[in-house]
Amino acid sequence: MSDAQDPALTTESREYIAAIDQGTTSSRCIVFDRDGRIVSVEQKEHEQIFPKPGWVEHDAKEIWTNVQEVVAGALAKAEITKEHVKAIGITNQRETTLLWDRTTGEPVHHAIVWQDTRTDALCRELGRNVGQDRFRRETGLPLASYFAGPKIRWLLDNVEGLRERAERGEILFGTMDSWVIWNLTGGTEGGVHVTDVTNASRTMLMNLRTLRWEERICASIGVPMELLPEIRSSSEVYGHAKGGALDGVPVASALGDQQAALFGQTCFSVGEAKSTYGTGTFLLMNTGHEAINSYAGLVTTVGYRIGDQQPVYALEGSIAITGALVQWMRDQMGLIHSAAEIETLASSVEDNGGAYFVPAFSGLFAPYWRSDARGVIAGLTRYVTKAHIARAVLEATAWQTREIVDAMHKDSGVELTSLKVDGGMTSNNLLMQKISDFLDAPVVRPMVSETTCLGAAYAAGLAVGFWSNVEDLRANWRRAAEWTPEMDPAERDREYQFWLKAVQRTMGWLDEEG
Amino acid sequence: MARSIQSLERAAAVLRLLAGGERRLGLSDIASAIGLAKATTHGLLRTLQQEGFVEQDDASGKYQLGAELLRLGNSYLDVHELRARALVWTDDLARSSGESAYLGVLHKGGVLIVHHVFRPDDSRQVLEVGAMHPLHSTALGKVLAAFDPVAHNEAMESDFASITAATVTEPAAYDRELAGVRARGWASDVGETWEGVASVAAPIVDRRRMPVGAVAVTGAEERVLDGSEPRSALVAAVRDCARAVSRDLGAGRF
Repeated sequence: MSDAQDPALTTESREYIAAIDQGTTSSRCIVFDRDGRIVSVEQKEHEQIFPKPGWVEHDAKEIWTNVQEVVAGALAKAEITKEHVKAIGITNQRETTLLWDRTTGEPVHHAIVWQDTRTDALCRELGRNVGQDRFRRETGLPLASYFAGPKIRWLLDNVEGLRERAERGEILFGTMDSWVIWNLTGGTEGGVHVTDVTNASRTMLMNLRTLRWEERICASIGVPMELLPEIRSSSEVYGHAKGGALDGVPVASALGDQQAALFGQTCFSVGEAKSTYGTGTFLLMNTGHEAINSYAGLVTTVGYRIGDQQPVYALEGSIAITGALVQWMRDQMGLIHSAAEIETLASSVEDNGGAYFVPAFSGLFAPYWRSDARGVIAGLTRYVTKAHIARAVLEATAWQTREIVDAMHKDSGVELTSLKVDGGMTSNNLLMQKISDFLDAPVVRPMVSETTCLGAAYAAGLAVGFWSNVEDLRANWRRAAEWTPEMDPAERDREYQFWLKAVQRTMGWLDEEG
Repeated sequence: MARSIQSLERAAAVLRLLAGGERRLGLSDIASAIGLAKATTHGLLRTLQQEGFVEQDDASGKYQLGAELLRLGNSYLDVHELRARALVWTDDLARSSGESAYLGVLHKGGVLIVHHVFRPDDSRQVLEVGAMHPLHSTALGKVLAAFDPVAHNEAMESDFASITAATVTEPAAYDRELAGVRARGWASDVGETWEGVASVAAPIVDRRRMPVGAVAVTGAEERVLDGSEPRSALVAAVRDCARAVSRDLGAGRF
């Protein structure tokens, strides 16, 4: 009740977990209590740097400064100090690649963000005569610009003198989890250089079955092993924070943001799936201790690993542009003032007026993996208004979800009975209804929509005994809303055909793939 | 036609002057342009400045249009924005109270439900977003009518239909109840809309303290009430939630 929300009344039971979410557009810190409830949130956006079309970078120094600020801010808002924090969990934007100098702690270049397409040509070159599936059997991933390994290679090739410094062991590689943990645990003063299995599974350098760096692939891609962090489980104490607001607190989990959301949604059983609607959208399905190879354009990834238990694998389908399309409507088109207004605009009409919007801004991701595709608005007539386009924007997210669910069914044989959703776009009621309509399945939103941070907090709490097992965590899960399908099946099929036709029209826009 | 008020005319002239031509003007420029003594002009500018319609540059001492003017022209709060801001807090409210939570705004003489969080007991429930509830019988409606003058007018003009035996159907009695709602800062509905169902609501205000919506919890009278009144812990939870959402919308601490 409200008494429990008042920090002044319950001094004895004031034990919390702090989760840091180093995301694509912002860094956040959320403090959770034992029931998995949010006590406080602090957030700070960082600059998106676009040096060329298709290139996206972050300033890692700015990010580390922001992380320190949001941690201090979240603790202040919760009116607690480090004594009350039992562990820190980390979750992060995946694949974003950073190289830094181990003695000065200075990044050698801006971080290359996961959305960045500069390694397109390199990935094709690395495919040699085999193509984009050259390393799929070992890594579960297709050769695509998305993943970290080729980004490391690009930096080594393009930053003056870097390869020599790397080979001398002066340089460290990390995805953002490694960068935050290294800095948290002391940085140049003994910071630990680690990553977790989920983040490592997105580099294209780790063997999915052995959970070790694959020497042959590192050599093929051109990444010296000296750069690489130690691969650890997702839930164990890596070290303790040194200095700052959390000095001395154990750093006890790391999970890529999507895997963290899978964990936070308590998808601990085979066949359970979640979809996170943010800048991009990511649908992950738990496939248990078996890594299932995908033949339908999905990727195979590590879901999580708790301490020395067996790893849990997942199938993943990703959509590059979902929330980003709404932001584009706001910032580039100026058709709305805030992201939430897209629903107001879209609700002012009954349907899409025949318009379909395929936002292949940086190519198509799952299940197509076509980097030669670019965005298309199809079906335009004089009848179409900005409101129809707004509706097409929301429907684009829903249709892309449908395509991924179809692919998962093909690969795993598991029929999706309901979809657990989270992320900022779950506040969009019209979108959630469309997803349920297009999937012909219920869509369920949990009571804590911040499942990414919650997953990192859960994993950290398990590592230090704050929670004893995953059943404790399941007991915290509550349904906040459920959307059920209301669409006529014939209408669904008819519109799906239009969507698929629009998708075909995006392909081959760039010449590279012939 | 009624005689116009001279100082308002003069203030309007000052605003028009600052809106056109040079962006920033000094006191003597403004005084000579509108043909008034400096002292009179200074008085006008100071009042406009207090209202936020004019700002004075610290370094040069010159005047320019204030941010409040922009806000006046752009004051409509999108209901979907309201839902997005309220999401985390209403989840927390449903969870801590154990009851379902609702967010309502004034719409066409009634309360439009713009957000609904299920009661956290895993029972089968149906999302009620988009439903319309009456102003005169619901806790959400009473809060809106108590704090928003437009909602008040619409409520007083409504039909005061008897929905249950407990519904207040007398406009004067309803208006007296609203005075109480204003004084204590929250409203309740005890079986007035649905038999056996009670509800507690509190207002959400924006940065200018204007009421933009209301938040409520609703549940069986046996759980929500303590005797004939809502449990005080539940009232506190609803008001905490309303304050948290209001803070997110930029309202100061209150």
